[in-house]
Amino acid sequence: MPTSTATRPSDDLTRDDRLELYYFARLTRDIEERLAVLYRQNKVVGGLYRSLGQEGESVASAYALAEDDAVAALIRNLGSLIVQGIRPRAVFTQYMAKGTSPTRGRDLNLHFSHIPDAGGPIVVGPISMLGDLVPVMAGVGLGARMRGRALVAMTYIGDGGTSTGAFHEGMNFAAVQKLPLVVIAEDNKYAYSTPVSQQMALARIDQRAEAYGIPHEMVDGNDMLAVYDASRRAVERARHGDGPSLVGVDTMRMRGHAEHDDMRYMSKPLLDAWKARDPIARYHAHLVETEIATETDLAEIDAMSRAYAEAEADLAEAEPPPEPDTVAAGVFAGDHFQPTVEIVYSPFREKRGTPRHAPASEAGS
Amino acid sequence: MAEMTYLEAIRQGLAEEMARDERVYAIGEDIGAYGGAFKVTEGLLERFGAERVIGTPISETAIIGAAIGSAYLGMRPVAELQFIDFVACCFNILTNFAAKSRYRWGAGVPMVVRGPCGGGVSGGPFHSANPEAHFLHTPGLKIVEPSTAYDAKGLIKAAIRDDDPVLFLEHKFLYRRVKDEVPDADYVVPIGQAVVRRPGDDVTVVTFGAMTYTALEAAEQLAQRDVEVEVIDLRTLSPLDHETVLQSVAKTNKVVVLHEAQRTGGIGAEIAAAITERGFEHLDAPPVRLASLDTPVPYNPGLEAAFRPGVEQIVAAVGQLVEY
Ligand SMILES: Cc1ncc(C[n+]2csc(CCOP(=O)(O)OP(=O)(O)O)c2C)c(N)n1
Ligand SMILES: [Mg+2]
Repeated sequence: MPTSTATRPSDDLTRDDRLELYYFARLTRDIEERLAVLYRQNKVVGGLYRSLGQEGESVASAYALAEDDAVAALIRNLGSLIVQGIRPRAVFTQYMAKGTSPTRGRDLNLHFSHIPDAGGPIVVGPISMLGDLVPVMAGVGLGARMRGRALVAMTYIGDGGTSTGAFHEGMNFAAVQKLPLVVIAEDNKYAYSTPVSQQMALARIDQRAEAYGIPHEMVDGNDMLAVYDASRRAVERARHGDGPSLVGVDTMRMRGHAEHDDMRYMSKPLLDAWKARDPIARYHAHLVETEIATETDLAEIDAMSRAYAEAEADLAEAEPPPEPDTVAAGVFAGDHFQPTVEIVYSPFREKRGTPRHAPASEAGS
Repeated sequence: MAEMTYLEAIRQGLAEEMARDERVYAIGEDIGAYGGAFKVTEGLLERFGAERVIGTPISETAIIGAAIGSAYLGMRPVAELQFIDFVACCFNILTNFAAKSRYRWGAGVPMVVRGPCGGGVSGGPFHSANPEAHFLHTPGLKIVEPSTAYDAKGLIKAAIRDDDPVLFLEHKFLYRRVKDEVPDADYVVPIGQAVVRRPGDDVTVVTFGAMTYTALEAAEQLAQRDVEVEVIDLRTLSPLDHETVLQSVAKTNKVVVLHEAQRTGGIGAEIAAAITERGFEHLDAPPVRLASLDTPVPYNPGLEAAFRPGVEQIVAAVGQLVEY
């Protein structure tokens, strides 16, 4: 259970760290807002899946990772990729199926990977079949251990995804092997149109972990610092060889499953209640109340984020489509492409000049 | 040179690769102290330790998932499925995650998935599968199935060294029944190359796995009637070595495609289609497919014998082709 405020990991966050968290959440929302415009203009080739209302938990959980840890995002975890430095342009090119996208137009949205041989963040993309990322990221943890790398693997799973067999197999395997895995389980009240009550007979999603002997806690997913704290505890456990953890986040999907969804099955009172709990607005208010930032400071960050998202979208829009004659190449080694995803630092990281929360983790290990 | 069984050859090939490359490791159910259901991994735990011989829960998806994830980190996993029939339990992660990874992302999955296939041992409907057709239709996966100890060792080494996922089918009927000379020196049998097991001018029989021996037995009988059968052992099922098959058909002009899996949608259909498309002008008769019946594999030995193609059917089919 969450400990007293005196020992919260977030106590160690500097002012710039706290502003960086705000920036990442803002940028995630701005990228998706821009994608929504592109979608309405028919420039997004496939569907668009928003994380509106959940940006905070994706950002704050990934912020608990070290910069060169491994993360595997689902469609609603754009924020985790932005935190780990994936350049927004790459995301726009993916949605628009550009020839210069990380998958060369072969796969969609956040379905891409970035697996450098050494150093730098590892990103493993999902396949559409939910659940598989849990065993695969357990495998990343296993591989890291065998390679003598102290990295932590983090992945996400929705309330619906926790009902798959792959989730169960992956959790159980990670538990018996004590792998450095952190699973963020998102109760966002729906899986497509199915309410959580028809997904599980448990009161809280984190109780899923009980069956595997995996430590777990449930947090308010729209409280960014609470998510950060729980995730950071889980990351530290994993890093110190204490095995996997699950963090359950209580949140709400504020849009339909995808932009094409008419949301007819969604409860209006529930949506209204959660609207008042918007994670970015809440964090904004917190920053102002605690006098960490002024309205003016945050307005500057908002403007910077929006301008960056716009500029990245424009760059991506100008990219060419893939050449049709590239279609047959790269099924096997030999004529395949090497994926290149540009890793970028936030202005706060540039200013800080050192990896995120490096002193704390060095002191702790 | 040492004479050894098909099973020992697989074990030796795996052990040599583990000794040669510390990134190679084994993962699967009961593969540690017990040595695996068929004892293929016997002795590996003692030699390489629990870090590299990982016994798992009964979780085929977790086994393949762990293999994929660790392969992304530079490892070279060799995953055992206790019986190849259980590949159905991890079909999704194998075909959708592993097989598509290179094409989608340029990220290779250098993984071997190996397991005992095939019938003839009264394994019944769930322990006798020949699943190659499911995976022939999966771009991004390679499939091999050796018939000799020499090939078993050479192909397991080639599969481990390959940069893409390889499904390594071990015919359980051959595990301890087949024994041949295996060189002491390091060698591989390249993936993608068929071999002529017996030369002949009259009719080509294209086959692989345990059916290679059935075909050779039929060829022996036919030779007594002055019918010379050329037997081709495919060894690799994906990608198929069409060249070797077409060269043979160009010589014999008549062909039987023989396999142990069920007939409809089987690999024989693909081979026959390729011969017809690319070698039509060489054919003096329609290609003939010999395969098992379109039923699950039955348990009773009499039923199973009636289900599978045997020497008699091959002799009859070749005889008809000669008369055609
Ligand atoms: C195994 C599987 N079955 C069905 C689907 C189709 N599908 C895509 S998203 C989705 C709902 C997922 O809900 P949840 O896991 O709660 O995540 P959320 O969308 O709420 O973030 C479904 C059913 C799928 N992707 N994978
Ligand atoms: Mg959900």
